[in-house]
Amino acid sequence: MSQYLTSFAGGLLIGLSAILYLILTGRIAGISGIVGRLAEGANAALNGAFVIGLLLGPLVYHLAFGAWPAVTISASLPVIILAGLLVGIGSRMGSGCTSGHGVLGLARFSPRSMVAVATFLITGIVTVTLMRGSL
Amino acid sequence: MTTSFRPVLAALGCGTLFGFGLSLSGMLDPARVQGFLDLFGAWDPSLIFVLGGAVLVAIAGMVLVRRMAHPVLADQFQIPTNRRIDRPLVLGSALFGIGWGLGGFCPGPAISALPLGFGAGLLFVVAMVAGMVVHDRILAGRVS
Repeated sequence: MSQYLTSFAGGLLIGLSAILYLILTGRIAGISGIVGRLAEGANAALNGAFVIGLLLGPLVYHLAFGAWPAVTISASLPVIILAGLLVGIGSRMGSGCTSGHGVLGLARFSPRSMVAVATFLITGIVTVTLMRGSL
Repeated sequence: MTTSFRPVLAALGCGTLFGFGLSLSGMLDPARVQGFLDLFGAWDPSLIFVLGGAVLVAIAGMVLVRRMAHPVLADQFQIPTNRRIDRPLVLGSALFGIGWGLGGFCPGPAISALPLGFGAGLLFVVAMVAGMVVHDRILAGRVS
């Protein structure tokens, strides 16, 4: 399968998961919210179960396709730590990340999510452009 | 089976589907994500289809959600109603994007990549959770 097709199929399943979670539990499947609340021990059973599911996902992928999904990390360890801190602080401060704002927020036509997605796409593009000297 | 058990089972199932979708989509790979963000360089547009596919399904699903009086396993929907574009939203999203570009990971893929056993991936998640706790305990409410 081409990368475009697998990316689209993966996206459809991510959207399906998010909407099923909303229909069943009434909650937004925002991963930064789920992980942040779990870290504070809030609603631990529900948030913990979702996180365990996230960990099982690639194992199911391995069962289905006999291979692991590709993961290529090129950043140095100090950069990884800085990146993690910024993603953690930024996603909580901005009330969401690629899932909460990016998937369900855009699907709800939420103005806050549209601003959030535009903002993190722009700063993400600027960061990679500067890092790689692409311009 | 108690009533509180079924939402937990739903969370487990939805989380697994989410993690499988991430694995299939290519989002788990920081190199692919950085290629997607490298708009002016060796741009890899394929991840647009992840967002496009996910939002398409979610838009269709929202039509159904709006017709439901309450969720299947809960009393009410917990959907954000805030419409204010404020400083924490913009500043937080800007910081998030810088971290996303630097590492190529956002929260979901970083968690899902953990079982693959990359030390750098684990380090990212530890730093991310530390960042979340630092925000929620110290920074929350100070940026306005």
